[in-house]
Amino acid sequence: MSKKVAFLQGNEAAAYGALYAGCTFFAGYPITPSTEVSEVLSAELPKIGGKFIQMEDEIGAMAALLGGALAGKKALTSTSGPGLSLKQELIGYGCIAEIPCVVYNVMRGGPSTGMPTGPSQSDVMCAKWGTHGDHATIALMPASVQETYEMIVRAFNLAEKYRMPVHVLPDEIVAHMRERVVFPEPGELEVINRTAPSVPPAEYKPYDTKFGDVPPLAAFGSGYKFHVTGLNKLPDGFPTTKAEYVQAEEERQIRKVTANIDEIVEFEEFMLDDAEICVVAYGSTSRSARYAVNAAREQGIKVGMFRIKTFWPFPDKQIKALAGKVKGFIVPEMNLGMCSLEVERCAQGKAQILGINRVDGEPINPEQIIEKIKEVK
Amino acid sequence: MAFDYEKYIRPGKLPHIWCPGCGHGIVMKGLIRAMDSLNLVKEETAIVSGIGCASRLPGYIDCCTLHTAHGRAAAFATGVKLAKPEMNVILVGGDGDGTAIGGNHFIHACRRNINMTYIIMNNYIYGMTGGQFSPATPTGHKASTTPYGNPDPNFDIAKLAIGAGASFVARGTAFHANQIDKLIAEAIQHKGFSVVEILDDCPTTYGRRNKYKSVIEMMNRLKEVAVPVKAAEKMTAEQLEGKILTGVLHKVERPEYCEEYAKVIERAGGAK
Repeated sequence: MSKKVAFLQGNEAAAYGALYAGCTFFAGYPITPSTEVSEVLSAELPKIGGKFIQMEDEIGAMAALLGGALAGKKALTSTSGPGLSLKQELIGYGCIAEIPCVVYNVMRGGPSTGMPTGPSQSDVMCAKWGTHGDHATIALMPASVQETYEMIVRAFNLAEKYRMPVHVLPDEIVAHMRERVVFPEPGELEVINRTAPSVPPAEYKPYDTKFGDVPPLAAFGSGYKFHVTGLNKLPDGFPTTKAEYVQAEEERQIRKVTANIDEIVEFEEFMLDDAEICVVAYGSTSRSARYAVNAAREQGIKVGMFRIKTFWPFPDKQIKALAGKVKGFIVPEMNLGMCSLEVERCAQGKAQILGINRVDGEPINPEQIIEKIKEVK
Repeated sequence: MAFDYEKYIRPGKLPHIWCPGCGHGIVMKGLIRAMDSLNLVKEETAIVSGIGCASRLPGYIDCCTLHTAHGRAAAFATGVKLAKPEMNVILVGGDGDGTAIGGNHFIHACRRNINMTYIIMNNYIYGMTGGQFSPATPTGHKASTTPYGNPDPNFDIAKLAIGAGASFVARGTAFHANQIDKLIAEAIQHKGFSVVEILDDCPTTYGRRNKYKSVIEMMNRLKEVAVPVKAAEKMTAEQLEGKILTGVLHKVERPEYCEEYAKVIERAGGAK
């Protein structure tokens, strides 16, 4: 039997990917250019008995999302730049209270209202550092509509596995372009659900590290009663200011990601085997980069592309290794050099780094990248 | 036989953080008596709060308890309730948390008429941060940030709730301790969003700045200003000057949010 195929927009694919992952709860607030996710899920979720709520503001949407997730649901919100700014405090709440959920943020121009319908890639640092305090971040970068579908599924898997909010950061081009999507069959993509407690309710502690760095999470209303707070807490969920607990808890929460980097970080290497120049690209920009690499190869230039699929945690190890092999990195991005800084940090001075930076609402075209490739000395 | 509060108190979590003379403990006892009178199952009850002195209450109650971020209790609770409509969801918090930073979530929870009960302990001040004025601080009163008297007009929280669409609104005081459980129990039983404002006292950060010489004086003031709604019916406008109505102020039947959403599911063909 042939698979179901559809011609979809990135935002629509995100909604269908969420349903594949088992999402039954959505809380959001209207914002361009991500609203189509809400529109699709407002129609689709009730069909499966799921819940959709449009909240009074972005902050309320993040709060309702965390409430729904604590009540045991796989929960999604969608937003864009200004909404991501507003959600930040409660993204931090999700980090410290360790509540799995997915934040789908379509990157538009900024800061502030910026260019609501213009593409951008300028939220990558906001996703990492937007909420205050130390915390781990996972952020995925789709470059096609099909990949948006699959990355939403993966984002849910990572959120559920590591008990934390996970970002998906399409740029507006990926979110609004239409492409052919082949729907995976049930069972074709892995779907992970959070680990439920194995102990009886009387023995349950929501942050019991004897079960490892990711303690099982019970759902409210499932027979378990426990306390959740945004304060630094003890294994039983109650607040503490005891230095040894606070330090250990914060380190554990970050270790959930740092100890599993090889599993979390996904990337694509394109024509890198003999490359002397490496284009580091992500999202829609990687599509121009791929074209540019092919074109430059035809002119005899040894260039390849490292496509970032997991932006956070950053692929440090891979970029460090490449820095020892290539003469230079080209980093095209629709911001004023956010990824360049990370590449620079990883390259440790071993390779030249040339950025191509646009914040004018126009995509980076292949010609710009080809020109820059030729500048590498 | 004396009432056994232990049934709903979380073992090992007392003493509470509240100052001597604070009325929050009186409200907590009222809540526990109300929960007991309705035989609420602890595992099926969520107590949700924001930030502030009053918002520490959930930690002392042996239920599913959620101490959220400043002002966000109503929005978190909405998520819990919509995800699991079969749970009892009770919100607790103070006047600043609920009506300033949380004001938007508060009025929209009222508007949705989602079946939850919100107990607002109104002590006219931000207590935890040391006594800054809140939207409930009366005009002219002193707070740590209104040393020359508060220039702001204050909210009437119960009227705000009625105006925003809450289908049950009641008011009590920390002095009238025996009424608190009855108001809360009636609120929990009401189908829809119910608000119980309890006029409370903060001797530490409000009383001492506003010439209350003792907690007793603050409690006596609550006793003097409170007029039950029934008694008020027989009083003249002159007699009601400076008084505050207590009891059930508003009670109407209105479609409840989770039930309405269940109809959406039915219309979409998703009902089991």
